[in-house]
Amino acid sequence: MLKDVTLGQYFPGDTVVHRLDPRTKILMVILYIAALFNAKSWISYGVVLVFLAAAIAVSRIRLKAMLKGLKPVVFIVVLTSLLNLLYGRGEIIAQWWIFHITREGIKAAILMGARLVMLVMGTFMLTYTTSPIMLTYGLELLLNPLKKLKVPVHELAMMMSMALRLIPTLIEETDKIMSAQKARGAEFDTGNLIEKAKAMLPILVPLFLSSFRRADELATAMEARCYHGGEGRTRLNVLKMAARDHITLGVGLALLAGVIALAKLGL
Amino acid sequence: MNEPILKTENLTHVYSPGTPFEMTALNGVDLEIRKGEILGIIGHTGSGKSTLIQHLNALIKPTSGRVLLEGRDINESKSAIRQARSRVGLVFQYPEYQLFEETVYKDIAFGPKNMKLSPEEIDRRVREAAGFVGVEELLDRSPFDLSGGQKRRVAIAGVIAMMPEVLVLDEPMAGLDPGGCREIMDNILSYHDKTGAAVVVVTHSMEEAARRADRMVVLNHGTVAMSGAPEEIFARGDELRKMGLAAPVMTELSQRLRALGVELPGTVYTVEQMAAALLELEGGRGRA
Ligand SMILES: Nc1ncnc2c1ncn2[C@@H]1O[C@H](COP(=O)(O)OP(=O)(O)O)[C@@H](O)[C@H]1O
Ligand SMILES: [Mg+2]
Repeated sequence: MLKDVTLGQYFPGDTVVHRLDPRTKILMVILYIAALFNAKSWISYGVVLVFLAAAIAVSRIRLKAMLKGLKPVVFIVVLTSLLNLLYGRGEIIAQWWIFHITREGIKAAILMGARLVMLVMGTFMLTYTTSPIMLTYGLELLLNPLKKLKVPVHELAMMMSMALRLIPTLIEETDKIMSAQKARGAEFDTGNLIEKAKAMLPILVPLFLSSFRRADELATAMEARCYHGGEGRTRLNVLKMAARDHITLGVGLALLAGVIALAKLGL
Repeated sequence: MNEPILKTENLTHVYSPGTPFEMTALNGVDLEIRKGEILGIIGHTGSGKSTLIQHLNALIKPTSGRVLLEGRDINESKSAIRQARSRVGLVFQYPEYQLFEETVYKDIAFGPKNMKLSPEEIDRRVREAAGFVGVEELLDRSPFDLSGGQKRRVAIAGVIAMMPEVLVLDEPMAGLDPGGCREIMDNILSYHDKTGAAVVVVTHSMEEAARRADRMVVLNHGTVAMSGAPEEIFARGDELRKMGLAAPVMTELSQRLRALGVELPGTVYTVEQMAAALLELEGGRGRA
């Protein structure tokens, strides 16, 4: 049940998208989001959508998985669209009580909803096709220039990769503890708010204890293998940008430039 | 033989269906647990043992098939689920990690409290359950100050306090030293002997499982590969080895001795039984 949360999940695969350098993919997501927020018209939205659809198709991520990932944001999307629909300005087509629906309102509602959905789908493309280890390695490399400003980039990346690594474990652990307490007759979905909060205690106490224990064990294991921060540490597999990365980044830049140009043209 | 209390019918469970992680953990399992029996479930890691037993008190819903408690589907309604949870007690693997209360007493009382029993009844059950596992002197201590073996016994008491008619334990001996294993097994057996409850033990340890089990079920790749009395199961040593399992060492030894013409009396699973059988053999010779 808790496992069904696909947020940030990685679907292993062997497509061009999977093989791209993680730095490329992170930069592409940034370019994509910039393009999305510069899109103003049906046409420019269409261009961004075509790009997204192509990426999904090439990566062979099942549409079902994509839609499942959207579940947590459905509420926000619907609310945003409704507000845009009911409070638009311009030519009024229908009116009821304090609400009025305008032609511009309808357009804004559709485009805002589409923007949110495409935003979430685009960022999911990154986590669906990049393993957490590659993702943090990519981030570390991209942030490397900040080392000059004494930002502990390696340490931050290490913490992030450990956190990412531990999230599934924690979810699994929570599931197990919940089951064990349910077996002793605990119920988590009944009662008022205070009762529900109280019912969390039998889960949280064991969960905290096991997290501390796990952290302790991990620290010992790392020290036993002589970990002492990033200084002088080298990688077994060093990332290298290939031709496909340069081409992909070129496409991304073209996408952003195209959308901005369309906006300048008033489209 | 006694009538069945708990039954699974064509039980199938698929984890993460429709994703690349899809995994059929159980495939058409028919299992019968009879009133008052001791049933051992053995199987290689990943054979589906834990998945199977979590179906027995409706913690997991079957993908297809049914679980019947005295003929009634336990997933049928909320009240049926609640009933199954209190009548079928499930002790998870490493149950000591689910302790959370300030004192041992309060932790053992968690189950009975959830059953909405009267304070007097709760108190009676906590003391009785503590008695079964021998932790009466620890009731006022914090569960986190105890040794590993003590914690585990407290956790088992927490389930026993619900007085289940079927007590199911997932690898209750995992990670304990031989002395600790024996103690836990004796605790479980004393609950069985005094209350007549059925006991289902999932285990790797053939010796312990065989010592008192009336029946054994062997799981392999999510299906029931064998079921029968321990001596029937262990007689099929070659098949067991193919499934990554093995008969108890002493059983193998006795089979080899018999093959060599030594007429060992009775069935042998443990060192003690082997010793007794050899002594008996020796005694018989002495008299002859
Ligand atoms: N929560 C889960 N999600 C996905 N797969 C699981 C889950 N639990 C168990 N499995 C898989 O189901 C199979 C059976 O597991 P399990 O019932 O734990 O076996 P056993 O207890 O016999 O070792 C294993 O292959 C395991 O990887
Ligand atoms: Mg298991």
